[in-house]
Amino acid sequence: MSNSEELPGGDEPMSTAAPEQRPKSTGLHKGEIAPGVAKVDPIIIADDIRRTFGGLTAVDVKHIEIPRNAITALIGPNGAGKTTLFNLLTGFDKPDAGKWTFEGHSLSGVPAFKVAQLGQVRTFQLTKALGLLTVLENMKLGAKGQRGERLLSSLFPALWRKQESEIEERAMVLLQKFKLAEKSEDFAASLSGGQRKLLEMARALMSEPTLVMLDEPMAGVNPALTQSLLDHILDLKDEGMTVLFVEHDMHMVRHIADWVIVMAEGKVVAEGPPDEVMKNQAVIDAYLGAHQDVDLGVVTGRIAGDIPEVGKYMADEVATLDGNIRSRSHKDSTPPEHPEKSS
Amino acid sequence: MDFLQILSNTTSSILSPATIAYALAAVGLAVNFGYAGLLNMGVAASMAIGAYGYAISALTFGFPWWAGMFVGVGASIIFALLLGIPTLRLRGDYLAIVTIAAAEVVRLLFLTNTFDAITGSADGLSGYHDSFRASNPIPDGTYGIGPFTYNATGWWVRIFGLVILALAVLIVFTIMRSPWGRVVKGIREDEDAVRALGKNVYAYKMQALVIGGVFGALGGIVYALPSSVNPGVYVTSLTFFIYTALLLGGAATVFGPVLGAVLFWVVQTFLSNVLPALVTSGILPFMSTTQAQTLRFILVGVALMLLVIFKPQGLLGNKKELTFVKQ
Amino acid sequence: MTTTRIRRARWTKRSGVLALATLTATLALTLLAGPAAADDINLDKYDFKVVGNVKLNSVPLEDIEIKVDGGGYSAEVKTDAEGRWAIGVPEKGDYTVTLNEDTLPTDIAVVDEADDSPNVKEVSIGPSGSAVMNFFIGRGERNQTSFFDQLVERTVNGLNFGLMLGLAAIGLSLVYGTTSISNFAHGEMVTFGALATLVMSGGLGVPIWGAIPIAILLSMAFGYVLDAGLWRPLRKRGVGVVQLMIVSIGLSLALRYIFQFFIGGGTAQLPGADSPKIKLFGSVSLSVVDMTSMGISVVVILAVAWWLVRTRIGKATRAVADNPSLAAASGIDVDFVVRVVWIVAAGLAGLSGILWAYFRPGIRWDMGAQILLLIFAAVTLGGLGTAFGALVGSIVIGLLVELSTLWISSDLKYVGALGVLVLVLLLRPQGLLGRKERVG
Ligand SMILES: Nc1ncnc2c1ncn2[C@@H]1O[C@H](COP(=O)(O)OP(=O)(O)OP(=O)(O)O)[C@@H](O)[C@H]1O
Ligand SMILES: [Mg+2]
Repeated sequence: MSNSEELPGGDEPMSTAAPEQRPKSTGLHKGEIAPGVAKVDPIIIADDIRRTFGGLTAVDVKHIEIPRNAITALIGPNGAGKTTLFNLLTGFDKPDAGKWTFEGHSLSGVPAFKVAQLGQVRTFQLTKALGLLTVLENMKLGAKGQRGERLLSSLFPALWRKQESEIEERAMVLLQKFKLAEKSEDFAASLSGGQRKLLEMARALMSEPTLVMLDEPMAGVNPALTQSLLDHILDLKDEGMTVLFVEHDMHMVRHIADWVIVMAEGKVVAEGPPDEVMKNQAVIDAYLGAHQDVDLGVVTGRIAGDIPEVGKYMADEVATLDGNIRSRSHKDSTPPEHPEKSS
Repeated sequence: MDFLQILSNTTSSILSPATIAYALAAVGLAVNFGYAGLLNMGVAASMAIGAYGYAISALTFGFPWWAGMFVGVGASIIFALLLGIPTLRLRGDYLAIVTIAAAEVVRLLFLTNTFDAITGSADGLSGYHDSFRASNPIPDGTYGIGPFTYNATGWWVRIFGLVILALAVLIVFTIMRSPWGRVVKGIREDEDAVRALGKNVYAYKMQALVIGGVFGALGGIVYALPSSVNPGVYVTSLTFFIYTALLLGGAATVFGPVLGAVLFWVVQTFLSNVLPALVTSGILPFMSTTQAQTLRFILVGVALMLLVIFKPQGLLGNKKELTFVKQ
Repeated sequence: MTTTRIRRARWTKRSGVLALATLTATLALTLLAGPAAADDINLDKYDFKVVGNVKLNSVPLEDIEIKVDGGGYSAEVKTDAEGRWAIGVPEKGDYTVTLNEDTLPTDIAVVDEADDSPNVKEVSIGPSGSAVMNFFIGRGERNQTSFFDQLVERTVNGLNFGLMLGLAAIGLSLVYGTTSISNFAHGEMVTFGALATLVMSGGLGVPIWGAIPIAILLSMAFGYVLDAGLWRPLRKRGVGVVQLMIVSIGLSLALRYIFQFFIGGGTAQLPGADSPKIKLFGSVSLSVVDMTSMGISVVVILAVAWWLVRTRIGKATRAVADNPSLAAASGIDVDFVVRVVWIVAAGLAGLSGILWAYFRPGIRWDMGAQILLLIFAAVTLGGLGTAFGALVGSIVIGLLVELSTLWISSDLKYVGALGVLVLVLLLRPQGLLGRKERVG
């Protein structure tokens, strides 16, 4: 599916220089682009998912498909229901109605831990690094199928020692990659917010998932680190994984996403390749415009500056990025499609 | 005041069956509360079930002592499972309330007249010692030095209790250093994070609860070995005392619970000897000897508060690895 | 000698249903029916005793059930072949002796023209340390209450008890809602109210109508002191909720034994605890104290509801319970609100303790601890942190406790209520009126 090119080695030191643009996966969908469009090779197919909290309908998705071996961004204003949708898809919350499959397995009613065991692993918007375990222990916790995690065999270290050291090796390789190797013996509580995000992502990767779901992975991560995080995410795709992530920063969404799904008030209002979606009037109304009011990123200090400036910044950003991507749209095999006017 | 006697009593309490029983229950509670973060307030019930299971097996069914112990431990495993099924999905504070309520239900069931024929209701049970004492390998007589001088039965009870305690400590020491312990410690902090990594959190909590229940039951049995089963012992205060012992030593440690139980009983024995003596010799005026005995329980309460506020990691705990995760 | 303090009789189980209610019980009793006929109980455990003899025209009656209650203590025995029985009792006080007429041969009853419930008698332990109660048995009408009358009576009692629990539960729930503390020392705040009344009326001779308001004010002051001296500093230190819970356990132990230190292990009565009953309808009779107690509970609960819904500070309380940081951000003085909540909660708990002292009846150092779990059960049933849920939960628990004695032995009456708590949480882990939390 993806036109994979040679990757810029994952071990390369974090560089602040402009990263080279890796090719986007294209041709992911079938037929005309519209919210809920079918994908050529979907990994998740969900139908009629609805979740209400009292009178509030947090999620109400008719149909959604996530393309395999691609990077899909889920965007939308605060309270759009992105996290709730994540919770539903991963079994952390139960929908009022709806069914969905992951690689053909129906996941309705499947508990969260089984979902994770099937290879669909997530991270959390509010980081859940386990502060009382060391960084390395956090990593080792991520590995699947450990003999020593069974109560009876845990009593006999001889039964699990070997596997444990293998896991440790794998963990150290990943930590190296995420620039956390020196911290491996520290309690995770001593990490900075951004480092915790990295740790949480690295830990999720320890389980060798097929689908990684990241809820705002860059929130609170400094620009330099963001760059390397983006590279890691791109690497995941090259390693054959599928990534679904939530992000408010349009710059990053444009930079790495192959496909963008826009949610507002619980519904999927638009989807498509990033550059197409950003031009969609509905998206600008529902989301990009929303930044002019209040953005969580500003509140949490992720985006510097006053609130009004952000709106301006966003608008400029979108304009320049639009230009850039347009001029670079070299390998697109499909002719540019115009998203449905859905308003 | 007979200082020598007071000192001797106090020292002797280090090896008393009650101390060993508290230590066992506290080691179990360390697995529950210290490592897995489960606010199990049903320790007294596990102990009661162990003790009653053992005594009833002997008195009603004529089982030998080892079979009685299996019954007591088995019953407490069943209790832990029954308790865990509804409660382990609950938030921490709900768990505390439900377990304490369940423990009270168990106590009332042992206390009620309805089952007097089996449980002895308010009188409790006694006279179930024959089998255990018959298998005592130590010849009759009195052995030991100084305060640690006991008869053959006394030693048999203590040695048995110490062996069980040593095994319990060894088991907890091993599993907490294994990947199993890692998962459990992760759950203590944030069970959703652990769940997201594909671990069956519910099953781990259940295992932790059962381990706590087993050690609690063994503690109850050791407590009942020297004398009798008295329903007045298994009140909620017992659970609180075990918590005090545990927190004193260090909740998330292996040896802390043992140290805590020893200190708890040493201080209790010392105070229960010295306070009335102080009253009778006029050093503590305005107080009767009964009031002096009450005073030591006031001190337990105050000590528990001060411990939790100022030294929550306990004597042996690591300040960094605090048990008290904000939940 | 027998002072007719019928109020206590209410607590005894007249029909004394031998609790074959549960399968376990049946099983256990069939297995072990043999040695069940104990003719004395607790004699070696306590210094005092109540003894007696049951005979029909000088023929001893065997296996007749006798029950003694008082001061929170309760024990049952069956008469031996000579018709004799004896029950050890913990205190030198007043006790109610009940003969279970269901265990008498047919057509026979306890006869006493002067008494409309001759099978229930009051005794006081005399200077000898014992009391004697012989029942006169003859042919005659049994003193039996119809099931319906019992049902009505228990329901009224249950409501009374539930409202009383509600006072304490609302306070506990408000504290939980605003501070996240599961306050195990709430029971001691209940005891405190009763004790303060005792000190005022018994100790200082203040008439009871003055002693009760003073005691409530003292309770509120106690709440203030606890918050200012303990909870607020702990909040400022950022102590976690589990820690706070254990601190409250320590506080509960310390306070409880401090009470015992001063009043000892016995039971004391407030004036008016033995006020006569007034017949209302059917078999339902309530004492003036009962009726006043229910009236006070209802009025106070309505006042608290009004306070929560209508007043500025009440609204602020609910806002803080909803989301403390949001409330703080919107200009509410959270510390002040929490201080007020502690004062109100302590006042309610104190009042509840006074009413509970009349209902039990009697004041003991651990009386609050006895109902602490029921209060928690009520709050949990309603959903932790919702004040109105706590009230609903309390009434459910109150009714359950009283009504369950229709079928099960009265020493198991709390078991039913606590069992229901576990069941409800199985079906609705967030309680009856609580809401779920979000993940992620
Ligand atoms: N457990 C809950 N109880 C009540 N309402 C909830 C709950 N979880 C989510 N909601 C509501 O559902 C809506 C969707 O929330 P969600 O967290 O999914 O938004 P989001 O798209 O992730 O927003 P953000 O970008 O700010 O993270 C919000 O209005 C939120 O208040
Ligand atoms: Mg979100």
